[in-house]
Amino acid sequence: MTVDPLDVPPNPSEPFQPRSGQRGSGFLTGPLRLGTTPSATVGPYLAIGLTWPDGVYAAEEGTAGGFWIRGRVTDGNGDVVPDALIETWQADPDGRFASPEDPRGASTYPGFRGYARAQTLSGEFEVFTLKPGRVPDGEGGLQAPHIDVSVFARGLLDRVVTRIYFADEADANAEDAVLRGLSEDQRATLLATPGEDGYRFDVSLQGERETVFFAV
Amino acid sequence: MTGTTSDSGLHLPRYLREDAATRTPVGFPDYRSTGLRAPLRTPVDLPHRLTEVTGPVLGEDRVLPHDADLTWRNGGEALGQRILVHGRVLDSDGRPVPGALVEVWQANSSGRYRHVVDNWPAPLDPHFDGLGRVVTDSLGRYEFLTIKPGAYPWGNHHNAWRPAHIHFSLFGRAFTQRLVTQMYFPDDPLFGQDPIYNAIPAAARHRAVSRYSLERTQDNWALAFEWDIVLRGVDQTPFETDDDGDVA
Ligand SMILES: [Fe+2]
Repeated sequence: MTVDPLDVPPNPSEPFQPRSGQRGSGFLTGPLRLGTTPSATVGPYLAIGLTWPDGVYAAEEGTAGGFWIRGRVTDGNGDVVPDALIETWQADPDGRFASPEDPRGASTYPGFRGYARAQTLSGEFEVFTLKPGRVPDGEGGLQAPHIDVSVFARGLLDRVVTRIYFADEADANAEDAVLRGLSEDQRATLLATPGEDGYRFDVSLQGERETVFFAV
Repeated sequence: MTGTTSDSGLHLPRYLREDAATRTPVGFPDYRSTGLRAPLRTPVDLPHRLTEVTGPVLGEDRVLPHDADLTWRNGGEALGQRILVHGRVLDSDGRPVPGALVEVWQANSSGRYRHVVDNWPAPLDPHFDGLGRVVTDSLGRYEFLTIKPGAYPWGNHHNAWRPAHIHFSLFGRAFTQRLVTQMYFPDDPLFGQDPIYNAIPAAARHRAVSRYSLERTQDNWALAFEWDIVLRGVDQTPFETDDDGDVA
């Protein structure tokens, strides 16, 4: 069997060249050895590629303790954005992630995926999930229950990232290192508010109450 | 009840961030839709904790057998130039990303998307839906067969036409690595007037362009285009030194 040398994982002592565009021009002088692929907008037709029949279920339908998070995405005029996609990623109720990258071991919580994606076509997105547990903040404390959120849309050349916290977790929120770094007004944009069958969480891309977005 | 876990001994990776000079900005004035949508305030730095360094496991269970061949739908062959698109998914320290879900979507050979919002007067193709999904192999390789998408007008400015492109979506291993992007074809004459392409800083634009691959072009069958995708890698520098004491 012949082996294509370019298909062999590179020797870590030698920079590796991606085969895209001009060969050999993908390097940075900084700690990155390969330039990362630049992001681009999802455009108006994201529904073709990025929707799944079971997309909205971070936890299986009917899981005990499950609830809906619903909300709108609005633009700088306050108009609803109907062609956005929301993705959510979170820990299970025990604070574990359904991921081999969780160094404490992956979640085994029944029916829990931890990931959901939902369009805003009807004016609102909705995802079905469970309340995440508290997870370590890496500095000896615990984070408040939270969900990482990516927002994609026509008119956004890269995703924007925010977090959902829960307004009914006041004690945990008061101890959360990320929330503590924000002003009262900023914090308010990250709080999902309890409602009939779950929570509401609106995303304001611009304006007076622009949601706090994070650089990750 | 919410659970808690001690973080004693937790050692988490830190994902490198592309320099602003080579990263696509969220907003770009020439791309008009960004005007009311791109956030105006400076984003707040979020340290990489457990939520950011983990990510969903999405693999073969998200893919159907025909998902790697977009040229055959509804019992017939799509019209257009048949192409094989292939490459590798790597992270920025050059390591392949195996088992990674790659989702793609695109216009047909006339430049029309199968989507209710796309109604410009170019024909739909009953044998093309424009959706593909593949999973990278153990060396991070992916490939799919499709037809070359056409250019299409989009009203951003007078006579605005998108260069031919395929939309790509990747997850990698971690929330930080999530990437949605577009792959272009070499030497497209429409690059100069396209603000979505030109929003990428000049020094990084070539990374979004595939290259023609004679090696994989199949005689009497399909042209091949090669495109490697590089996701953010982990910063290794603080942890390792070699025998000479140099940072590995
Ligand atoms: Fe497109």
